[in-house]
Amino acid sequence: MHVVVCIKSVPETTQVAFNPDTGTMIREGLGTIINPFDMYAIEEALRIVERHGGRATVMTMGPPQAAQELREAMAMGCERGVLLSARAFAGADTWATAYTLSAAIRALGGADLVLCGKQAMDGDTGQVGPGIASQLGMAPLTYVWRIREIEPASGRIVVERLLEEGTEIVSAPLPAVVTVLKGINTPRYPTRRGLRRARRTELEVWGPQDLPGIDPECLGLSGSPTQVVRVFSPEVRAGGVRLFEGGTLETAADALAEQLIADRLV
Amino acid sequence: MSSGILIIDKDLCIGCAACVAACPFGALAMEQGVATVDERCTACSACLEVCPVEALSLPTRQADLQPPEARGVWVWVEQAGGVAHGISWEMMGQGRRLADGLQVPLTACVLGERVRDLAMEAIAFGAERVLLVEHPELARFRTETYAAALEQLIEQERPEILLLGASSRGRDLAGSVATSLHTGLTADCTGLEIDPANGRLLQTRPAYGGNIMATISTPVHRPQMATVRHRVFAVPQPDYGRRGEIVPREVTLPPASLLSTVLSFVPASDEVNLAEARIIVSGGAGLGGPDGFAPLRELADLLGGAIGASRAAVDSGWIPYAHQVGQTGRTVRPELYIACGISGAIQHRAGMSTSRTIVAINTDPHAPIFGLATYGIVGDCQQVVPALTRALRARL
Repeated sequence: MHVVVCIKSVPETTQVAFNPDTGTMIREGLGTIINPFDMYAIEEALRIVERHGGRATVMTMGPPQAAQELREAMAMGCERGVLLSARAFAGADTWATAYTLSAAIRALGGADLVLCGKQAMDGDTGQVGPGIASQLGMAPLTYVWRIREIEPASGRIVVERLLEEGTEIVSAPLPAVVTVLKGINTPRYPTRRGLRRARRTELEVWGPQDLPGIDPECLGLSGSPTQVVRVFSPEVRAGGVRLFEGGTLETAADALAEQLIADRLV
Repeated sequence: MSSGILIIDKDLCIGCAACVAACPFGALAMEQGVATVDERCTACSACLEVCPVEALSLPTRQADLQPPEARGVWVWVEQAGGVAHGISWEMMGQGRRLADGLQVPLTACVLGERVRDLAMEAIAFGAERVLLVEHPELARFRTETYAAALEQLIEQERPEILLLGASSRGRDLAGSVATSLHTGLTADCTGLEIDPANGRLLQTRPAYGGNIMATISTPVHRPQMATVRHRVFAVPQPDYGRRGEIVPREVTLPPASLLSTVLSFVPASDEVNLAEARIIVSGGAGLGGPDGFAPLRELADLLGGAIGASRAAVDSGWIPYAHQVGQTGRTVRPELYIACGISGAIQHRAGMSTSRTIVAINTDPHAPIFGLATYGIVGDCQQVVPALTRALRARL
């Protein structure tokens, strides 16, 4: 099996806030990490390859610095790493991202399974996975928290999807796109051997010229139907907690109960 | 040397460095008194507003292009087994408001197997027109099947706006349809307005775990698609006397739209259905162990609420992942969120900070959760929660 994992390099923290006095953004910790949900996708890819044979390729689109996250995934066990990095890719929204990643998967000769995290923790959209599936004509299997079986021979996969109202068990033909949730596994740590190997292996850096048949107009900013009009700070929640204190915990609980009833919350 | 996508007019730049501070990605820096940008630039436009001399710009694109002819506001009515998802009617209210603003009709898209009753309901909730597609293959939701059907409707009529709920299904369907039709999609919106200058849909959504808000538009691609977060907007009052037109439509579902098969569905207990819960009683590290959830369950049972959990409680194996609220769990927006033994780390707040009323119960009076809470009690959950349950039981 050839399993392709698409990952994203995201800021270490989402703790960006605005300075209300200057109207500018306050940043803390400029480091980057592998998007947490993508760690589970990498682990799942490695487990599938260990069980069914084949190889795992990890791929990301981003600035040259994202090489760091690719190397980490390779140290965990991904055989090949592809970094899509070029000025033409910059400023991509979810449409252009799905388009570019799909073109790169085709350029790799396709995949039997594409794995992604459920969503990236900076953008929180969850759109790129279904977008890749749509681009490649594969079934989108999202919110997966268990892969029940993969039958490379019959070419089918059965997964459990965690929806709001319950768990759906779905069967789909391979190749398919699977986006995973946190509960699916516990990601491994890179081994020392893995780290050595990842350092030695040449990362492949691809630009538009490496993606046969792409339309340059569909890449990056120019290929993105959406446009950011404004970025601003959310309304600060009116703080000022009302503490129920004094007396015993019983009397405090009584007073809170009265309040919740008065507010018609219960 | 600048290598990012941002365009910097070095002659206009006065070297004030306001843009450097404003960049959420650390892509800007000052070099020899002028701004430079590197590859980390994502064209997010945060710096454009803070530049006092308008030295910054993004490559113009689509600016002179006109959107194609498109008219009308559409809402997809999500349903399962003929029962509408609550979010569908919330969106119908917003769709009505946008359609009235643009002076165009509001159309509901009802897809399913036997769902004519839902078409009537959609009219009661505000649609003047319903496109009704009934097909045995649409009995159960599958993204690729519903996407094929919805795409055909869109290609026939070319609406200017299409709203879907930001549920699991709505997000998948929207992502798939927007990709196929090559149009813009904004996920998980909490605000929708029409730009009076050009009639475009201004879609506001939280990003970075709710730490920043972004307003996004789709200038020239149609339809402008948005998924809308559950419980942000009120459900309009239905009027069953309203008249509307139900237009049955046929679709063809090619083999490529019938890839997957739903084998079975295991409904979640009320305790786990966080998205629909009006009340959530949530527990964290302060509960001390899996048994610590017992009094929370008693309170949730009394109130008909669901059980939530912080990442700490889930990672300790005290409660299954399906209960997790926060950045790597679910985002919830109940009327009442009772946080028990939860300190309120940023990752947890990202998932619950927009709850209408928040009650915090924690032994640590300095826990960040109190900074967010409406009401609080400083104390041990194992004592406070049973006391609260008793107090409520005596009064309800």
